Amino acid sequence: MKGTAEDVVAAVAEAHRRDWAQVLSTTAQLTRDLDLAEECAQEAYAQALVSWVESGIPERPGAWLTTIARNRARDVLRRESVFRRKMPLLVADEAAPGPEDALNDDRLRLIFTCSHPALSAEAQVALTLRLVCGLSTPEVARAFLVTPATMAARITRAKKKIAAARIPYRVPGPDQLGERVSAVLEVVHLIFTTGHTAPIGDDLVRRDLTGSAIRLARMLHLLMPADAEIMALLSLLLLNAARQETRLAADGRLLLLSEQDRSRWDRPLIAEGQALLTESLRRRPPTRYALQAAIAALHAEAPSWEETDWAEIVSVYDVLLRQWPSPVVSLNRAVAVGLRDGPEAGLDALAPLLAEPGLATYGYLSAARADFLRRLGRWPEARTAYEEALALTDNAVERAFLLQRLAEVSD
Amino acid sequence: MAKYMILIYGDAQQWDAMTAEQWKAHDAGHAAFWAEAGSRVLDGRQLENAPTATSLRADAVGQIHTTDGPFLETKEGLGGYYLLEAADLDEVLALARLLPELNYTHSGIEIRPVVDRG
Repeated sequence: MKGTAEDVVAAVAEAHRRDWAQVLSTTAQLTRDLDLAEECAQEAYAQALVSWVESGIPERPGAWLTTIARNRARDVLRRESVFRRKMPLLVADEAAPGPEDALNDDRLRLIFTCSHPALSAEAQVALTLRLVCGLSTPEVARAFLVTPATMAARITRAKKKIAAARIPYRVPGPDQLGERVSAVLEVVHLIFTTGHTAPIGDDLVRRDLTGSAIRLARMLHLLMPADAEIMALLSLLLLNAARQETRLAADGRLLLLSEQDRSRWDRPLIAEGQALLTESLRRRPPTRYALQAAIAALHAEAPSWEETDWAEIVSVYDVLLRQWPSPVVSLNRAVAVGLRDGPEAGLDALAPLLAEPGLATYGYLSAARADFLRRLGRWPEARTAYEEALALTDNAVERAFLLQRLAEVSD
Repeated sequence: MAKYMILIYGDAQQWDAMTAEQWKAHDAGHAAFWAEAGSRVLDGRQLENAPTATSLRADAVGQIHTTDGPFLETKEGLGGYYLLEAADLDEVLALARLLPELNYTHSGIEIRPVVDRG
């Protein structure tokens, strides 16, 4: 079928979201050079914009794009074979194992390479967004509040290390797989949390990032369907994303969980998250992500803020804290204690955290104290705490919320 | 195949304080590493501690100065090295995990690819 220019633009955009990782990773297996593979994949998408208007949108756009990208790559390799032989190439296995091996997937090779522990965490995230999710370098730069030039340099440096240190383009063997999957999930989680509360700027939620993280988690789940930790992370992301639309009021004001319109939560997404969590817990003892998902599920199931099962939430936090002793988890637990036992108990639970160096510049601690103090009517102390919290966040939406609360305790 | 240098760093004072018994276990760790790596080890040595080092530097006018001590004065100094041949970084990482320096918090290792001029 012939496509109108508009249909074609939409089809190419959809193919970019859905198939970019496949097109790039399969081309990289051939070129053994990430830069060349990127160039060829980009050219294939550019050509699709023209060709699909003339010859119609192909039935399998991903396969069409992959073929074009690989043909381009073959042309370049033929032309530049002498020059290319002198370049450090990606270390890839020549003969890929048989198709019966579910882990024999170029997208997985690309994902594991981008999140290799020999790369810095920020390089892992940048490479994953650029190469696996197909975000442009300026888009990745914007997500992490650096200039496009800085981000381009970071990505180039990481690619150079992959080639020079010979980080292999390969799915790790069984003895390393668990550890490496955890590293991949950490990258996916970081992308989601960066998008879920953008640290600076006017938007509370960056949908390009949360959407990329969910697509990544879905891809991993599809490719490794028996992995319980992947299920747990996907569940956690879906349960959080289900509430994404209700976190802002019409005027852009931040709404707390207690103020959100629960009838607008995405029920199919919640049901999917719950099913994944149940299946994950059936397969293995709860991991960190499963426990976080369990807390999110308890919120999602509660008919109202008042009817939330705070006792159960505190007990899940207790388990989480044993597995993952982190000051932020301690803070969340203390807040839940306050909601179970009242603001006085909440303040007591928060008190020991004030000496925690890891929370010294963490605005949520001041905001949580301020809220308990406000509810106890201790307004002067609440004012100081709101002012502290304000000094620690640059997100415009969060600032507006804190300023409003500050005004409430200043009468 | 590519070549990698494994550089072993640690606190010389802590190494000096090790008992004969501890050294025996430590040496057994290196023997186990060597047995596993086999012919992939091209060379490997323990170095005398950093205070025995001599460093040379040239100044702005090209005058060469000889100084007593390591090039970089750090708490953890270079204590030894291996030169390995391996297919990729993952192969080196898997072997390097066997090194006994990873049983202590004061010591550790750095892996550097050797420049390949084809």
